[in-house]
Amino acid sequence: MERTNRIKVEMLSRSENEAIARNIAAVFITPLDPTMEEMTEIKTAVSEAVSNVMLHAYKGDQEGPIYLEMETTESGKVTITVEDRGVGIDDVQKAMEPLFTTGDSRERSGMGFTVMESFMDKVLVDSSPGKGTKVTLIKSLDRVYGF
Amino acid sequence: MEVTFEMIDDILISVLSGELDHHSSSEIRENIDQTYDVFKAKHIILSFEEVTFMDSSGVGLIMGRYNKARERKGKIAIAGCNEHISRILEMAGIYTIAGCFASTAEAVAALQDGEGGETWNAPTE
Repeated sequence: MERTNRIKVEMLSRSENEAIARNIAAVFITPLDPTMEEMTEIKTAVSEAVSNVMLHAYKGDQEGPIYLEMETTESGKVTITVEDRGVGIDDVQKAMEPLFTTGDSRERSGMGFTVMESFMDKVLVDSSPGKGTKVTLIKSLDRVYGF
Repeated sequence: MEVTFEMIDDILISVLSGELDHHSSSEIRENIDQTYDVFKAKHIILSFEEVTFMDSSGVGLIMGRYNKARERKGKIAIAGCNEHISRILEMAGIYTIAGCFASTAEAVAALQDGEGGETWNAPTE
């Protein structure tokens, strides 16, 4: 069986934890020797997923838990889940549309899911209104080295 | 994340440095808006040369400043984006509302002589 590694972190939905979450992801995937580009893509996707929790799942000053779970396989597959116990998403398809936002449209880009989708191979969203949301980010790192 | 400012004519140059995310962008936004008001600037240049990380909150930051500058018939220019930042900005169509330049000096020059159209339609390269 292929060797895997796994890590699970629970953090509060405080916005300063965005940087911590993406840096945990970076450190965790480092042994797989990702390219700089892959590293930046994964960090950005995690940052988007975690920001969404702060901005939408737990609104205003409300704080709640964020569960960040990561798994890597020897062959270079990275699976990251970001889960919350917040308000959930009524219409997932709509939420994932580029430029769609329920926030202040003067300051919010509505590009979070679009960025996640273009930087990862696969983005899965499982949400129940009133119960929470689980976003799964999957990416296979390029294992073919030059030369 | 830090922001430092410089004024040239009616252009506010905001030099961002560090990691730009939803957390850091709210403080930066207030900082830029206050400075923009205090110095009664018209145009805004956002320099990304020293930005080491950016997610889509950077898009929101530019959109917000664009709306603010537009109230004074000002323009937004972006300078020194790396490939990663450019990719996100391009995805969001930011280059249709803001000019993109290799350096702050080029952005200043463009703002000083071009009082032309409402938007830039600048090349994305």
